[in-house]
Amino acid sequence: MTEFLQQLVNGLSLGAIYALLALGYTMVYGVLRFINFAHSDVFMVGAFAGLYLAPIVPSGSILGGILVVLGAMMVCALLGALIERFAYRPLRSAPTLNVLITAIGVSLLLQSAGQLSFGAAPRAFPAVFPARALSIGGLDFSSNQVVVLLVALILAVALRFVVFRTKMGSALRAVSQNPRAARLMGINNDVVIRFAFLLGSGLAGAGGVLYATNYPSIDPFMGVLPGLKAFIAAILGGIGSIPGAALGGLLLGLVETFVSGSEYSTYKDAIAFALLILFLIFRPAGILGKTRVEKV
Amino acid sequence: MPKPLLSLLLALCGAWLVSAFSAHLDPYYLDVLIGVGINIVLAVSLNLIAGHTGQFSLGHAGFMAIGAYAATAVSLFLGPLLIGDFPTPGGLAESTLFFAALVAGGAAAAVAGLFVGIPSLRLRGDYLALVTLGFGEIIRVLLQNFELLGGALGLNGIPPYTTPFWVIAAAALTVFVVGCLVNSTYGLGFRAVRDDEIAAAAAGLNPSRYKVVAFTVGTFFAGIAGALFGHFKLTITPAGFDFTRSIEIVVIVILGGLGNTLGVILAAVLLTLLPEFLRPVAEYRLVLYAALLIAIMLLRPQGLFNFSVRRPAAPRV
Repeated sequence: MTEFLQQLVNGLSLGAIYALLALGYTMVYGVLRFINFAHSDVFMVGAFAGLYLAPIVPSGSILGGILVVLGAMMVCALLGALIERFAYRPLRSAPTLNVLITAIGVSLLLQSAGQLSFGAAPRAFPAVFPARALSIGGLDFSSNQVVVLLVALILAVALRFVVFRTKMGSALRAVSQNPRAARLMGINNDVVIRFAFLLGSGLAGAGGVLYATNYPSIDPFMGVLPGLKAFIAAILGGIGSIPGAALGGLLLGLVETFVSGSEYSTYKDAIAFALLILFLIFRPAGILGKTRVEKV
Repeated sequence: MPKPLLSLLLALCGAWLVSAFSAHLDPYYLDVLIGVGINIVLAVSLNLIAGHTGQFSLGHAGFMAIGAYAATAVSLFLGPLLIGDFPTPGGLAESTLFFAALVAGGAAAAVAGLFVGIPSLRLRGDYLALVTLGFGEIIRVLLQNFELLGGALGLNGIPPYTTPFWVIAAAALTVFVVGCLVNSTYGLGFRAVRDDEIAAAAAGLNPSRYKVVAFTVGTFFAGIAGALFGHFKLTITPAGFDFTRSIEIVVIVILGGLGNTLGVILAAVLLTLLPEFLRPVAEYRLVLYAALLIAIMLLRPQGLFNFSVRRPAAPRV
């Protein structure tokens, strides 16, 4: 039982990071209907932004940690908006396939540029939050896991507020429901799309710092697998659905942690993809998504 | 004699010529030639799936891996049993064994392609891209855990059967089969499915069948390319067939122009030679690759070597 609870805590803290990333995927998919492959590398840039910000804030304090997360979020939000402006906006009327390939190109560009500027070797991530080993009722976990869960929770609540309680949020939902009708209602689609990129990339930046806090070795290719898995999480939850992305992230984090703890741990990466394929074949709309009927 | 068949025979003669004089050629150029040929097989076969049939696949390296492992299993494990431990190099027994290995590699990959083709019947666009990517990764993880085939360390000591003759012949055969397939009356169906699946179905075609045929044939040749690759590099690891390798093949097809066989061949040549020329600036190679990909999509989405006039894409809402 203790072991089960232990894995539950580990799974939730991994899942929270997947959820943060999945939210970015789902929002961009909502407004533009394509997989933003570069999202996983924005996540990587977030971790490196954290690495370079860490020395200039008070280290190992709550305030310093929050500053690092906020700084990484701003850097990534800016990067996301730039990517949208220069790579995706010129392709607004191009076939989906072209946008998808461009996204892959941007992803490769960020990886290789990261390799040039940060070096290919893994770097140690400093402790930005006060790290302490906690033990409650026989459960061992680090304070970092608690921090990850708390920050992810705060960001998810904040996102919910922005999307459902602000004017920009309703514009975002309107564009994702029907871009054309939204435009007829006087919504500037370009502004809304940029806003989605700012929000999603900011969350990815926070996710990058949190991931690096838990797994303190970062390199320019660190985003690839978490990124793919977060996208899988977004599909499991129902792509385009914000609560779905959070749910899918937590679910995938749990599944993966329990598989790692079992004798099949070497199959960990394959299981996420197997889940994806099963879902896409049998329930492409995901857990919380609505099934759409295709019309000519 | 029909023109495609004539070209195939000419290419085979060329292959024979190159192999006859290979002793007098610089081994470096032969290696580059083999690299170019393998990439042509990969790109032309992916072009059948992605270009002609419009089913975007990001898992081509996975099928290549299956072909490489199946063919290596034949030549490494069955070979000594069938033709003895020390066959004459380049002799009939060895050539027959390698041919069998190539066919086994292709067939194994085609069976896997059939399995991937079936879910593709229900998915399209980026979802399909993701599923094929997932299949590619699953294949890699399974190979990593399969101790009989070397696990994560891969297989070593593969006999060096791949010669310029086999590679040129395989490339010529791939171009021939894909070319004949898409230029036949039957092959019009591939393009119909790509352009408008619903309209194709309304016109009485069976889109599912075309997709499965494209996947099976395309992955068959990917398997052959993998087999050639394995017997050329003499060592294969699951990590050598990852997502990045699939992307490389996709870049070739995009650069050449989706559905444009000649363009894809030219792009395969160009992109295999490019790293050789870029050796002095090797560290910037990947950045250049990525920038090239984005620039092509923004400025020339129909591909670098596609000179045919294209209808402008319908505006999307």
